[in-house]
Amino acid sequence: MTQVLERPPVAPGGAPPAARRAAHRRVLLEWIAVHALGIAAALFFTLPFVFVVLTSLTSDQQALTRDLWPHTWEWGNYRTVLDTPGFLTWWRNTLLYAGLGTALTVASSVPVAYALAKFRFRGRHLSLLLVISMMMLPPQVIVIPMYLFWAKQLDLSGTLWPLIVPMAFGDAFSIFLLRQFLLTIPDEYLDAARVDGCGELRTLLRVVLPMARPGIAAVALFQFFYAWNDYFGPQIYASENPGAWTLSYGLESFKGAHHTDWNLTMAATVLVMAPVILVFFFAQKAFVEGVTLTGVKG
Amino acid sequence: MTTSMTANTLRAKRRSSALRTLAFMSPWLVGFGVFFAYPLVSTVYFSLMRYDGFGVPEFRGLDNWVYVFQDYPLFWPALRNTLWLVLVMVTCRVVFGLGVGLLITKIRTGAGVFRTLFYLPYLAPPVAATLAFVFLLNPGTGPVNSVLEGLGVSAPGWFTDAAWSKPALTALALWGVGDLMVIFMAALLDVPREQYEAAELDGASAWQRFRFVTLPNISPIVLFAVVTGVIQTMQYYTQPLVAGKVASGIIGGSGQSFEPGYPDKSTLTLPQLVYNLGFQRFDYGSACVVALVLFALAMAFTALLMRRRGGLIQAGDR
Repeated sequence: MTQVLERPPVAPGGAPPAARRAAHRRVLLEWIAVHALGIAAALFFTLPFVFVVLTSLTSDQQALTRDLWPHTWEWGNYRTVLDTPGFLTWWRNTLLYAGLGTALTVASSVPVAYALAKFRFRGRHLSLLLVISMMMLPPQVIVIPMYLFWAKQLDLSGTLWPLIVPMAFGDAFSIFLLRQFLLTIPDEYLDAARVDGCGELRTLLRVVLPMARPGIAAVALFQFFYAWNDYFGPQIYASENPGAWTLSYGLESFKGAHHTDWNLTMAATVLVMAPVILVFFFAQKAFVEGVTLTGVKG
Repeated sequence: MTTSMTANTLRAKRRSSALRTLAFMSPWLVGFGVFFAYPLVSTVYFSLMRYDGFGVPEFRGLDNWVYVFQDYPLFWPALRNTLWLVLVMVTCRVVFGLGVGLLITKIRTGAGVFRTLFYLPYLAPPVAATLAFVFLLNPGTGPVNSVLEGLGVSAPGWFTDAAWSKPALTALALWGVGDLMVIFMAALLDVPREQYEAAELDGASAWQRFRFVTLPNISPIVLFAVVTGVIQTMQYYTQPLVAGKVASGIIGGSGQSFEPGYPDKSTLTLPQLVYNLGFQRFDYGSACVVALVLFALAMAFTALLMRRRGGLIQAGDR
């Protein structure tokens, strides 16, 4: 606060003291107004989390009332949720889907993005247009033939493989985002590597990849979150087999089984939210960079 | 350099560079064929067939199309909801996102903390966030209605009231406005300082500075936010579905007796119809008709996005 107050007022240097004081006051008032609004907004964004956590710690009886502040702190609710049959399996499945899916996406999308960003070839523009179209395609558009393909021809419904395998063939959003990032790497670096006798693959692995690390981190995060949050995919392919459910899908059925126990449902909700928030705190910079990269660079 | 080459080495070189491109592009080429082109063609094919997953698809011409547009009771409500969401939810999100973005650029003290707090809800997994909001807004024990009734306001039923379910979904969408906030923040910081200083010298008020300096500078980003918002609305699936399911569970006591779009079809969206027709009624043909409507809408807005904002593609070809 002092930092702001000590700043010279906006009024021109030779102004009389009264004008200076008025300008001073305006700066102070603006500071107060902005920060009051900021706190109001912060309450809007954080109170839902606070209420969810508080409710997750109330007793079964209290959860049926409007009384929000826990009379007794029931940490055991989390134990109960974790002991629910299936919950840990859903965790494992989610990690498999998100982890393996992310690794496959990055491995298959990087070379494509590199070609789109740095090679000159006929059809390059068309390919990019098609990548963007794929990116904008709602998954429901192609789900009927895809389901028939995986379920009737390959007999893989009731597993997560129909969701994981396609990630080995490039993800449109990841390709697009990586391409945007690779464009910012100057061609001189690549030329230098080629002059030194590197083939394209070596150039990609040794020169481009280290420089593209922030872009790759952003793509990996987005993809991990996508799989973690995906509801439609598991609903289509895994719903018939609870052993293949993911957290996002299982959470809703948990609510169905505990329809009056808001405390347990909120504890489960916290357990699904927490990992994502933790990952975010460790990788905040890469994430925010990625959000800005998706549309507005250029 | 090329002039000193013989035609043969030149051709060889071209071929190897074409092979190289092919090799690098190959994962996506396969993906494009198997997971985009083939299913798309197949969707068109099935939209003309009667097929329930067993036996052989039967050619029925435009029957499915007529059924969806004329007799399927959920199609028009879903389309109307989508229009509502485009007009109200997208507008609210863009205005609110811009407002929060502006606010964060003005905050001097603790800006980093505020930014993180504003951004976090965007990351909350949709199913979890929806459950949280159904709880917060539930008419029986929800804290929001406790507060409202404490203030003497007659509180609405939110997710259990057909007139209030979409406003409740809008509140949920505003809570997760962090993506737009970051995009607007970046755009606002890119507005040249000198233009503000010039406007200030000319005696422009704060509103005039916003209207005549800020807005023209960020208008491409506003358009980008609107169009991507519309495209996202076409795909809006998890939140309305989960909200409807969970809220109907509160009333009926169990999630089993779920009526699509509860309450009273007010949370139906087009993607839900694909699920309803394909995976609940096993009418794959009609599901494909809705899928194609969805496809046409999504592609129309994508084309708009690319035409009006060449930047999306040409970003690197400067």
